[in-house]
Amino acid sequence: MAGLISALILLPLAGALFAGMARENYARGIALFFNAITAILAVTLWRNFDITAAGLQIVERHAWIPAIGAEYVVGIDGLSLLLVLLTSLIFPFAFLAQRRGRGYCALMLVMQSALYGTFTAHNFVLWFLFYEMSLIPAFLLIKIWGGENRDRAATKFFIYTFLGSVAMLLSFLGIYFAKGTFDFAALAELGRAGPLLNGNLAWLAFAGIFLGLAVKVPLFPFHTWLPDAYETAPVGVSMVLTGVLSKMGVYGFVRLLLPLFPHEIRILGPWLLGLAVCSIVFASLAAWAQSDLKRMVAYLSINHLGYCMIGLFAVTASAARPAVEMQAALSGVFLQIFNHGITAAALFYYVGLLEQRRGLRGLGDFGGLMQRTPLLCGWMSVAMFSSLGLPALNGFIGEFLIFKGSFALAAAATSIAVLGLLFTAIAFLRAMQMLFSGPLSESCSAFPDLLRTEKWIVVPVTLLMFAIGIAPQFLFNIFNTTVIQMARLFA
Amino acid sequence: MSPWIVDHLWLVPAVPLAASLLILSFAGSRSKGAAALAIIGQLIALVLAVAAFIPTLQEPGWRAFHNFTWFTFGENAVRIGWVLDPLAAAMLVMITLVGLCIFVFSMGYMAEDKNFSRFFAYLSFFSAAMLGVVIANSLLLLFVCWELVGLASYLLIGFWIHKPSAAAAAKKAFITTRIGDLGFFFGILWLYGSSGTLLFYDDGKGCLESAGLLAVGASATFIALLIFSGAVGKSGQFPLHVWLPEAMEGPTPVSALIHAATMVAAGVFLVARVYPLFSLGAVDGVTPSLTVVVWVGVVTALMAALIAIAQADIKRILAYSTVSQLGLMMVSLGVGGVAAGIMHLLAHGFFKALLFIGSGSVIHGCHHEHDIRKMGGLRRVMPVTFLTYAVGMMTLSGVPLFFSGAWTKEEILHQTAHWPRSQAPFYLMLAGVVLTALYMTRQMIYVFFGNRRAAAEHAHESPRVMTVPLIVLALGTIALSIVVTPAWPWLHAYLSGEPARFEIARLIQPMLFVSLALVAAGIGLGLLIYRRAGAFDPLERSQPALFRFLENKMWIDELYAHTVIAFSRTAAVLSDWMDRYIWDGFVRAFGSIGQAFGILTKGVDERGINAAVDEGVGSARGVGRVMSLWHSGQIQTYLGAVAIGMLALLLFYVWLA
Repeated sequence: MAGLISALILLPLAGALFAGMARENYARGIALFFNAITAILAVTLWRNFDITAAGLQIVERHAWIPAIGAEYVVGIDGLSLLLVLLTSLIFPFAFLAQRRGRGYCALMLVMQSALYGTFTAHNFVLWFLFYEMSLIPAFLLIKIWGGENRDRAATKFFIYTFLGSVAMLLSFLGIYFAKGTFDFAALAELGRAGPLLNGNLAWLAFAGIFLGLAVKVPLFPFHTWLPDAYETAPVGVSMVLTGVLSKMGVYGFVRLLLPLFPHEIRILGPWLLGLAVCSIVFASLAAWAQSDLKRMVAYLSINHLGYCMIGLFAVTASAARPAVEMQAALSGVFLQIFNHGITAAALFYYVGLLEQRRGLRGLGDFGGLMQRTPLLCGWMSVAMFSSLGLPALNGFIGEFLIFKGSFALAAAATSIAVLGLLFTAIAFLRAMQMLFSGPLSESCSAFPDLLRTEKWIVVPVTLLMFAIGIAPQFLFNIFNTTVIQMARLFA
Repeated sequence: MSPWIVDHLWLVPAVPLAASLLILSFAGSRSKGAAALAIIGQLIALVLAVAAFIPTLQEPGWRAFHNFTWFTFGENAVRIGWVLDPLAAAMLVMITLVGLCIFVFSMGYMAEDKNFSRFFAYLSFFSAAMLGVVIANSLLLLFVCWELVGLASYLLIGFWIHKPSAAAAAKKAFITTRIGDLGFFFGILWLYGSSGTLLFYDDGKGCLESAGLLAVGASATFIALLIFSGAVGKSGQFPLHVWLPEAMEGPTPVSALIHAATMVAAGVFLVARVYPLFSLGAVDGVTPSLTVVVWVGVVTALMAALIAIAQADIKRILAYSTVSQLGLMMVSLGVGGVAAGIMHLLAHGFFKALLFIGSGSVIHGCHHEHDIRKMGGLRRVMPVTFLTYAVGMMTLSGVPLFFSGAWTKEEILHQTAHWPRSQAPFYLMLAGVVLTALYMTRQMIYVFFGNRRAAAEHAHESPRVMTVPLIVLALGTIALSIVVTPAWPWLHAYLSGEPARFEIARLIQPMLFVSLALVAAGIGLGLLIYRRAGAFDPLERSQPALFRFLENKMWIDELYAHTVIAFSRTAAVLSDWMDRYIWDGFVRAFGSIGQAFGILTKGVDERGINAAVDEGVGSARGVGRVMSLWHSGQIQTYLGAVAIGMLALLLFYVWLA
């Protein structure tokens, strides 16, 4: 099975080439064709993945630039596989959501390739290459095809995340000078054995990586680029940004920051937990105050990623660490990564449908939709309830496990964070009330209900939400071994 | 050994759930088939519930459960399951039977609605979720179904979604109960953390069994109170009762379902289910958590009974009476009368469903008028409704002998009187009995006696599809009293796991006369005050300030609106504002510094004063020029700053290393 991962990374690039040269009308078809292949590859990867084995699997290793310790290492463990699957799921969804030309499709495919690379690379240089490679298409996609204020939002997005990346790069250079390796596994071992760097240098390196990742997630208060970017980006791009791109930050925390700087994290523990709590509470409150539907969903994305962060910080920052609680929090975080990807992407998709029909997307621009488009309202409500953590839908189990773990490990922070569940519910119910209920608004009276093509997209995604909510074991199987291994690593 | 039904108990909720999904998937918007499907589903559930009831009769305190692994995270299995014991079995029968009556009634009541099918899908879903709560053998599974009950109520309260008031009421119900559920959620986390399992019964290892309780230890008080906060939300106890009267915005069958068989019963049931957590470490049957339960119940019961006196909407009076009765049940649980509380819950399920669909029949007959002051004299035109309603009224008021609710209420009073901590709840409950009789008499007089006022002019009796369920429920209410009298307290014994004995002498007890006197006083007072009631309420005339206070529900809604809600709303707006101006302000300020720096270096650079700076910035400017094609001017300066910063940091590293 060697070469499978490389193929997964290269195929979208080839697709980008084809799509970029194709006729405008064919570009999306080509993109979807390549996505069908990557989906098959991803599933093949899943089938060849041994869920009982710890550590990296299906590894490919080639010398690249030995002088600077850069190696081509790709491989997957449970977390990587989960994210590869998520990427393979969200991209076709995003391509189906909007009909766009070749430039758009080519850039999206480049981004897809970069994401596969980010989630499978295990050498920092390679990883960073992919990490940055995803940024530029995202910037251009917002900049060229975005809505109102796209220049400002794109620039802010780019500069902000780029600054974070630079800081991260510098930190890694510092680590490389000290330890002479860029390999993730080797660095994790070193981080476990003792401090990677001494004194202030360690703090500086920590700060650099933290900044880079915190901006990417984003973690409060480094999140202000997100509402602008998500609001402005075309729907398909928003879906990818929230569904997959935001997971790069969380992934980075799990893979880099937490294993490399256990000591610093423990010292800063309460502060980090505080930031996560602020993400959760302030973002959900701000979502309640939004009048733009898309911006509201964007804020709730920050809120949901805050749950991931509180889980991770609770695992690494607390003093006493029973294995069961650590495993609960980590499993919850992984599940949340996947669930949020699906649900948030679906929410943006629905926002796109409404915007398509109305031309506007303010909460006040709609009213009484339930009378006109009951199917659209019904399916959209499922996504909303999933996002607010209703049991039997996918959001609940992840959040339950995160809260279970972090309540045992960091009770005080968790008690405040639980307010986020309330405010999220308020924000969504308010939106539902304004959109669906009351007398039918004049401007919505000619809306078509879900079209056949739209149903083909909505139904499978919704069924997946139910499947995860009711029988989630198939997802747990992917990462259980990795969770056990990581819990040991952090213990 | 274990009967077939134990392993297949999941079918009880699964059948209505399947009916609901089938209707949603296949039925047209106004198909009779939908109603048939829902009713057949409920009927099968009833049969299964009875099948489940039979084995529990084998021996006192019989219990069986079935557990399985839901999922495994890391190395830990999360197990859930279902349990069959007298508590579950009795609830199953009550819910399915009462539910069935309400379903049939809905066929008539909702016949004209254009979303007829969807209504039945939601009803079936509601019933399924509630049945799930009852059979859950895991607090986690119970919580899952509990939330689904919340969802179902949200959908049904807001069923007439084109009415803004209905949508608002649905939202209020969901959010208010979710506030309580947050506490409940916490309680679950805490319990899970300390006992390591959420299964109730698991061959001695469950969290309600000795080993689990031992592990929970002293934190049981907090856990119990957190779980209770969930019950407070769902069962409409003070201070989270505000959603329940508003829930009247839903169609009347929904109100009947919420107030009788599902939803509000869930809270009382929950407390009874996890009772060992409440009573852990009890001295004389008193624990801090149970004391809280008692007082919350007392406050709720009295407050709601007082408010009910000044309401004009026929359904709202009943809604407050539900709140009040639930308070009474909580008191019973709190003082240790679990069986008594559940008995009252079961009896209440019947007579409150009876009253609600009776009120539905009245409303239907009066062309959707809710205001009792506009009715009157209906006893002649709606005789069946009148007679069955009277049964409900007498049961609720506590008229002794033939009415089940009266016996169960007496049992509660009996238990309360023997509470070691204080006598106050007992006397306050006695006052509650008088008030209940009073407001029910008031309602009877306004609706069924006196002159026929505006809305009653063209009133008519309801069709048979609506009156038959009324008769069934009325008969059920009376029949149930056979097993709840002190002479043969079969239900009490069944629920508390003791053998029942027949002893006619116990029928006549001092408490019987006390309650007889109090009920007579309440009804007499009612007759006295309201015998000549017209469009104007006599109480309103004599005590306008008091009446206004009660009519406006003690201004609790207004209090919340101006405190908690206003505060959180402000916090939301403030969060948004801070985001735009403070957090993003920092970012912009940082950007401006970079920009200023860039302008500065540019100036220095252009004059060519410093060759070193020129060289350092030159490369950055080169990139900047390329990027400035994308964007006018800003990137260049930012990147200049970035380059300088990079350089400085690198130097810093070298210096540190």
